[in-house]
Amino acid sequence: MTDGLPGSAVDAPEHVGGPHAAYQALLADGVLAFQGCGACSGAVFPPRGRCPHCGADALSWRASTGRGTVYSATVLTPRDKPAYAVVLVDLDDGYRMMSRVDDASVAIDDRVVVRFEAAGDQTLPLFELDGGDR
Amino acid sequence: MNDERALRGRTAIVGVAESDLGEVGPGVTALDLTEQAAGRALDDAGLTVADVDAVFSHSAFYPMPTVVLAERMGIRPRYSDSTATGGSSFLAHVRHATAAIEAGLCEVALIAYGSNQRSAAGGLISSGQNQIPSYEVPFGARLPVSAYALAAARHMHDYGTTRVHLAEVAVAARQWAQRNPAAFERGDLSIDDVLNARMVSSPLTVRDCCLVTDGGGAVVITSAERARDLPKPPIYYLGGAEAHWHMNISQTPDVTLTAASETGPRAFDLAGLAPADVDVVELYDAFTINTLLFLEDLGFCGKGESGDFVSGGGIAPGGHLPVNTNGGGLSYCHPGMYGIFTLIESTRQLRGEAGDRQVEDAHVALAHGNGGMLSSQVTVLLGDASVV
Repeated sequence: MTDGLPGSAVDAPEHVGGPHAAYQALLADGVLAFQGCGACSGAVFPPRGRCPHCGADALSWRASTGRGTVYSATVLTPRDKPAYAVVLVDLDDGYRMMSRVDDASVAIDDRVVVRFEAAGDQTLPLFELDGGDR
Repeated sequence: MNDERALRGRTAIVGVAESDLGEVGPGVTALDLTEQAAGRALDDAGLTVADVDAVFSHSAFYPMPTVVLAERMGIRPRYSDSTATGGSSFLAHVRHATAAIEAGLCEVALIAYGSNQRSAAGGLISSGQNQIPSYEVPFGARLPVSAYALAAARHMHDYGTTRVHLAEVAVAARQWAQRNPAAFERGDLSIDDVLNARMVSSPLTVRDCCLVTDGGGAVVITSAERARDLPKPPIYYLGGAEAHWHMNISQTPDVTLTAASETGPRAFDLAGLAPADVDVVELYDAFTINTLLFLEDLGFCGKGESGDFVSGGGIAPGGHLPVNTNGGGLSYCHPGMYGIFTLIESTRQLRGEAGDRQVEDAHVALAHGNGGMLSSQVTVLLGDASVV
């Protein structure tokens, strides 16, 4: 927000263990989280202990806007399921992640928005075409 | 002694061999194939296990691979290196062995690899089990192919590269394989065959993907002085470079630009050579997009120009640059970590032992290994006595 870091501040869940466990706990609360570096203001994903941009031990949890642009996409067509796209999404917050779009027509440069899907005991951040923000 | 250029010409490959390749069937282990290749490479070098004082290996089938192989062969090495950068490992081993030999840490290095993935699993086994969380696998990415497909899709978007350009790479590899009796796939293959093959992860079809075979390979390297007393013409180390910028494909800023753009120029600088000096090129072609990216990043053509470069049989027999003259991972052999075969074929071409696929007047070869998801890149330049 106004602290100079991308995304918005979010409290880290307590007593969850390492960075991956914290990320999973935030996802379960419906928050797509990444980390911001207090030293260089860089956006960091996947979660880790120190900033890979500057090396500082100054990472804090941030909530993503959940909106981004497709950087690349590949369509897989399983025999027993509908075709789906595996995508690389450049989040507006300044980081990239892999995800899935269940619309095989998705293309590079399309705008997408996060949605959450339960997968066993985990929550997966999937994306869909962003109709309201093209 | 702090200038790496001092390593130029200081070591040489003196023995190379493959194990049995293709589908060896049940009852043959990955270690059996590694041992077989290593033994044959020592035979080729005119050396025995008693001469070996350094062992280099990497395996997706058993941990501590140098320790395992040394016990199997009765070697008690004083230098042991299991550098694990996927399929590029064995090219890294060449550079490490050169440094170790030059520093007096060892004299005769055995680099060996084997895999029975086709007979044992029927699928690609390219690295060990991952016990840390993945931020890619849960989304249904079929790795490694989807990672390479994402690079191919972006390259097509940025540079106008087409599926026909990708298919040209597969067809050229097949035409080379048709001249190599050891190649696994030697039937005719057309551009349309590749385009119409089953799509695995768009834009890559099954014919854009490497084979799944069994196989092993080994390389023996020693000092240039000792090499000159051995039966085969020494194939000299001219320069080598290693780099990796990411592990996962989502973690590199530009998926169309690999760390080969760093290793190529550095290796050429060390060797005092330029791409135009290279007579034969052996690239790790796990997927057709690899060949395109590496031709660009190593400097054989400009960025984004590889599609035109390979068109019309540009890298096929009779083309303007001989690339993957054994048929590559696409048509010759791909047991999971192909890198060592780029060294074996380079050596055979420079020795003039390549039979029907021999490149005329081959004095300089470039071998390039890839590991992971376009992650680890290692380039090694080799030459015969005329360039040392």
